[in-house]
Amino acid sequence: MSTILNVSGVTKTYDGGHEALKGVDLEIEQGEILALLGPNGAGKTTLISIICGIATASSGTITVGGFDHVKDYRAARDLIGLVPQEINLEPFETVMNTVRFSRGLFGRPRDDARIEEILKLLSLHDKKDNRIMTLSGGMKRRVLIAKALCHDPQILFLDEPTAGVDVELRKDMWEIMAKLKQTGVTIILTTHYIEEAEAMADRIGVISKGEILLVEDKTALIKRLGRKELLIELDTPIEVVPEGLRAYPLTVSGDGGLVYSYDAQAGSTGITALLADLRKAGLHMSDLSTRQSSLEDIFVDLVKEDAA
Amino acid sequence: MNWNAIAAIYRFEMTRTFRTLMQSVVSPVLSTSLYFVVFGAAIGSRIDQVEGVSYGAFIVPGLIMLTVLTQSTTNASFGIYFPKFIGTVYELLSAPISFFEIVIGYVGAAATKAFMIGLIILATAHFFVDLTIAHPVWMMAFLVLTCISFALLGFIIGIWAQNFEQLQLVPLLVITPLVFLGGSFYSISMLPPVWQTITLFNPVVYLISGFRWAFFGMADVSLGWSVLAIAVFMTTCLATIGWIFRTGYRLRS
Repeated sequence: MSTILNVSGVTKTYDGGHEALKGVDLEIEQGEILALLGPNGAGKTTLISIICGIATASSGTITVGGFDHVKDYRAARDLIGLVPQEINLEPFETVMNTVRFSRGLFGRPRDDARIEEILKLLSLHDKKDNRIMTLSGGMKRRVLIAKALCHDPQILFLDEPTAGVDVELRKDMWEIMAKLKQTGVTIILTTHYIEEAEAMADRIGVISKGEILLVEDKTALIKRLGRKELLIELDTPIEVVPEGLRAYPLTVSGDGGLVYSYDAQAGSTGITALLADLRKAGLHMSDLSTRQSSLEDIFVDLVKEDAA
Repeated sequence: MNWNAIAAIYRFEMTRTFRTLMQSVVSPVLSTSLYFVVFGAAIGSRIDQVEGVSYGAFIVPGLIMLTVLTQSTTNASFGIYFPKFIGTVYELLSAPISFFEIVIGYVGAAATKAFMIGLIILATAHFFVDLTIAHPVWMMAFLVLTCISFALLGFIIGIWAQNFEQLQLVPLLVITPLVFLGGSFYSISMLPPVWQTITLFNPVVYLISGFRWAFFGMADVSLGWSVLAIAVFMTTCLATIGWIFRTGYRLRS
């Protein structure tokens, strides 16, 4: 795979002195979905705005498809489609007209057939002659996507596409993203819904306070950072960890059982020894189960660590 | 040049004009007709000719200028302010389009609309007064240049304005007084000498004077000064817009 977007050493300090980005480096591979996770105010939108040309970076360089995004802004921006976080649409225009406008802005000749194809992909076709203000919130979001896609971009930025969207529409959005990925579009998605990143992304980047904390393959990330827990239910609930088991990283769970946390990647998990010692301590197990930490736990840990 | 983008902006803005036809076209025509009735027919019938031209005819160029200046300024300022206000400006900023092309699109559409209104008022005036135009080509040239330069001014106002009040402020507090005091309804030779001098600092005087010369072959200031004034005004606006786009003033954070 080749790199389609390269962000290198990008900083942004606003006039008021607020440092929104502190030297961001990021490489995006062609055809992947990257989810950029981060709490509110982490700098996600600032980063996207700079890449797309809405804001200017204080320093650093960005190339899109090999084109410098300032010097060769026409070629660079031509490759990008942006779906903003806010629903910014002309209320009195029809869907068709506003999408035509976007296509024109990107220098494409009028092609209603292509626009209708995109509207069909987004289940918007029957609304094409409706005025924007008559549409529901979910439909408006689809219009934004249609506007971003109408010049057939290679990279699509989705800035929190499912914020404040009901469950059904969120699932629809995911389907749309999957369809787009199949057509070869590279997608960069910002979100603070972990489950969205978990469901959609190939790679995950975590950003906090203007810094990229990590960018990693999703499954590798979960595996690498994922702690596993062994939950031990006991016949007779206990209140404190028995004397003979103090050497193990054990905690007493709410229902009087034991929780043993271990690193699944380590050569020896220590489970065999623990089970033997449990018997020695005279405890009788009624059930055993394991739990893998989710991306959410990982994310919360990372951001907490960063804050500390 | 991204011609498709210029065409898209222009078409989009013109669609808005035609969608709001009543407000955009009918109301300026109506208000100008009222001026003709009041100043031309009612009051004008009691005023002598001004340098050989009937008062009703004399005010026609001034009235056209009054409307055209206001219209081109407000159209262009609203045209660029509205996307800023509703947030769709992100699209202009992220599209592969130069600022120059954005200006051509918005200013072109605003100027076209003002030009059309100017012509409609001219046609309306024929119903009220007898008019012959001495220099039709100059008349058209003045009209077009005025529409464009004040649309440029409007574009600057639209970018500068941070709320609707500021958007209304300049046309209301600056342009209307300048036009009224710029000789729309009188020849500046009618003023006391002190005011004649003061008036010469009003740029609109030169526009109205030149425009009136195109109609009747008579002017308050020479044609050369009028052409120079409009050229200076236009250059100033273009330079300001150039600066706005280099710095991203009130557009890009």
